[in-house]
Amino acid sequence: MATIADKRLTDIWGESSSLWRTLATVDHKTIGVRYMVTAFLFFIVGGIEALLLRIQLGSAESTFLSPDVYNQLFTMHGTTMIFFFATPMLFGFGNFLVPLMLGSRDMAFPRLNAFGYWVFLFSGLFMYSSFLIGAAPNGGWFAYVPLTSLQYSPGPNLDFWGLGLIFLSIASIGGAANFIVSILKMRAPGMSINRMPLFIWALLVTAFAVIFAIPPLTVANIFLVLERGFGFRFFESQYGGNPLLWQHLFWIFGHPDVYIIFLPAVGIVSEVVQVFSRRVVVGYTLLATAVVVTVIIAFGVWVHHMFAVGISPMASDLFSLASVVIGIPAGVQIFAWLATILTGKPRFQLPLMWVAGFIFVFVIGGLSGVMFPAASFDQQVTDSYFVVAHFHYVLFGGAVFPIFAGFYYWFPKIVGRMLNKRIGWWNFWLTFIGFNLTFFPMHIVGLLGMPRRVYTYQGGLGWDTINLISTIGSFVLAVGILLFIVNLIYSLNKGEKAGDNPWDAATLEWATTSPPEPYNFKTIPTIYSRVPLWDQKSHPNDESSNPDPTDPYQRETLVTSLLDAQPESRLIMPEASIIPLVLALVLVLVFAGLLIHVLWMTGIGVAVSLIVVGWWLWPTRQEAEAAAS
Amino acid sequence: MLNPQSPTADRVAQLSWVLFAIAAIVFVIVIALLILGIVRARRIEPHAGELVTRTDDRRVISIVLLAGAVAPAVILFGVMTWSITITNAAAARDTPLVIEVTGHQWWWQINYPHENFVTANEIHIPVGQPVTLKLMSADVNHSFWVPELSPKLDLIPGQTNTLNLEADQAGTYRGQCAEYCGIQHAHMAFLVVADAPDTYARWVTQEQQPATTPSSDAVREGEQTFIQSACVYCHTVRGTSAAGTLGPDLTHLASRQMIGAGVLANTPGNLAGWIVNSQAIKPGNLMPAMELDPKQLQAILAYLQSLE
Repeated sequence: MATIADKRLTDIWGESSSLWRTLATVDHKTIGVRYMVTAFLFFIVGGIEALLLRIQLGSAESTFLSPDVYNQLFTMHGTTMIFFFATPMLFGFGNFLVPLMLGSRDMAFPRLNAFGYWVFLFSGLFMYSSFLIGAAPNGGWFAYVPLTSLQYSPGPNLDFWGLGLIFLSIASIGGAANFIVSILKMRAPGMSINRMPLFIWALLVTAFAVIFAIPPLTVANIFLVLERGFGFRFFESQYGGNPLLWQHLFWIFGHPDVYIIFLPAVGIVSEVVQVFSRRVVVGYTLLATAVVVTVIIAFGVWVHHMFAVGISPMASDLFSLASVVIGIPAGVQIFAWLATILTGKPRFQLPLMWVAGFIFVFVIGGLSGVMFPAASFDQQVTDSYFVVAHFHYVLFGGAVFPIFAGFYYWFPKIVGRMLNKRIGWWNFWLTFIGFNLTFFPMHIVGLLGMPRRVYTYQGGLGWDTINLISTIGSFVLAVGILLFIVNLIYSLNKGEKAGDNPWDAATLEWATTSPPEPYNFKTIPTIYSRVPLWDQKSHPNDESSNPDPTDPYQRETLVTSLLDAQPESRLIMPEASIIPLVLALVLVLVFAGLLIHVLWMTGIGVAVSLIVVGWWLWPTRQEAEAAAS
Repeated sequence: MLNPQSPTADRVAQLSWVLFAIAAIVFVIVIALLILGIVRARRIEPHAGELVTRTDDRRVISIVLLAGAVAPAVILFGVMTWSITITNAAAARDTPLVIEVTGHQWWWQINYPHENFVTANEIHIPVGQPVTLKLMSADVNHSFWVPELSPKLDLIPGQTNTLNLEADQAGTYRGQCAEYCGIQHAHMAFLVVADAPDTYARWVTQEQQPATTPSSDAVREGEQTFIQSACVYCHTVRGTSAAGTLGPDLTHLASRQMIGAGVLANTPGNLAGWIVNSQAIKPGNLMPAMELDPKQLQAILAYLQSLE
């Protein structure tokens, strides 16, 4: 059943020109796609950095890269993948899908959404501009002090890093707040909290994690910037500070961060498994509980990244036990998905193939992962290539494979065409084989004693051939990823046209056109189940029985109650606005001033930001009239 | 680390093999289930597309909980308990022999406080006897890792970490810094040499002596050249006026197996190359290229090679 577009509504909710759209859109779908495209570009850049690293490591004592360049590349590879690819990509999916899955017309704060994208883009460019002066961050993605203090890193490299991440954190926190409010208050009537799609659960929980995890990182970075630029002494023991303070702050952020990356991906997996197994997912309550429990425990295990720094046996024992507990929800999820596949009628089309790849790769990563809580084992393998293997298995397996599953699943909805199956098949297999060829051998070379973050290694230690295999694998992987780009370009133009719901899926985003109209839903539906589109026969959505109180012609959407999604009020959505872009640009000035130590620039930037925020919050004529009445 | 040569390393290796075995079994089970799903999919292809309407998943959910929560919990807590006993057994205890290891960018200063001598990049210990290492740092974080002998422990400026070390058999064991410490982190290796008790005693006695007095004219000339060169700003040779502390102690350089912190074998050719331009071998390290004419270089080499 195809949805019919309403031209008048399209005009009211869309933008007047493409330039205005580019600069001022607040449409969550456009912003979501921007996040995904930009994050994908960072993925490619991070991937090229990785290929350069692998060329250098392909042979012992190679001189392909100087140690200084290598150290910048490995730092930026990690920083890019974690901060500028993984989370923004998943937030991009979230941005596009959340209002659609909830049956809403946009996120709760559309301008904040637009602002978040610009900040993400500008903070990424800010950090990458360091390459232009040959001073890219080189302290590793976790930037331990004292190495990253001014004394041992005298150049601007780590200032780009610390300031860039503080800048980015503004987008992260704003985005998280937007997700939380949207998910809790803008669900379609009847979509009680236990009827939300599992992808929504994952994003909700992730957004809470961001709110609690990012501030410790921002604080750590502020301390670092103050120490490097303004003579503070947080991390120096002779002044009463402690280098381990950095590690604690960083990992209090860092461990939850891996779940911030993993959980939205897990949400994608639940959606894909459900649709392609042709049945409601097994254990909805278990899966929702699993993500909640995971995030809570995630904040209690950070010291397992520090087992080798010299902590007491008591601390080590406690964090060992806590770290074991966090593996349990993941186990439940894996078996719930397998049970869904085994009790369903699965169709292994590309989205489910990527999920199968995810299960294979992530389970290996998870199995090495549950070894690390054994502190004595950890103290042998931490900081070696064994842990490099582990985290690539859980991050690539646990996030990248689901992201590709999400691409193949939702591309038709976003673009209106299917991705090509033949190219897709090669894309999947070369990525899968290339990935395993690259990273499995790293377990072995780590056990043979190869430390991580080394720009080269001595010959004759038994590490040479294994490293060469990894290098070859990385190029196979690169071809696999390249094929996705090929598929993208091909399918954007020549892909088979897709209707509203080409996969016969169950959730609300599939009840719109492909791509959706700017207003998403002409009538906000009422929901009676977790799989509304599969239950349509029993609850046909006709307007007469479930009146939608909002007037889309007035750019309204619906606010509902937190647990049961009973209609509460109507919200007027803002029109396109240039303010988010202006504010983001002014913030660049603030951070640039701190970077080059021109503090009046920062001062002016802060003052102007406050004025722009005032402009942002100034009520529109509509709002003023509504308040007066 | 799977070739353990000490009691602790051995215990960790045993734990590791059990962990790998459990992981392999779980992996096989999970993949078998996945493959089963794929195979079944092929067989039901004609009916694909239809929705499955199940109302009662209670039995399946019990299996999911059993396999995904209960079984892993039992296995993992068992394994963790074992690991905790290893950690407790390896907790540092006092021993008569104490060795202080101070990490520098990018070399290891080794001090035997009770025996009263300092060396660099090569530690000797008596076979079968646990020793206590006191780990400190002069600059940034480093990590002491000899996989065959021990789990690693970091060197953090401002604190002293204590590690017991022991070797079952005589031999030379390679270690490498395992905490990213800057541009030459990759070239910060060291050796632990486990000696039979009498060999160890002889080594200690030798190390305690000041530098060998030159026995030939060539070596005497070398000593002169060395003392007048810039080398003495960074290096110590006990018994001479060379008392620099920025670089490794060279008093018994000739008795060491490697130079440059495990970078090159200690041969005359390598030593010459290192002295003249260590930047070409270990770029960014804190020893500048030394401007010496061939005669000076030969003289210094002769001297350094005499420092047994």
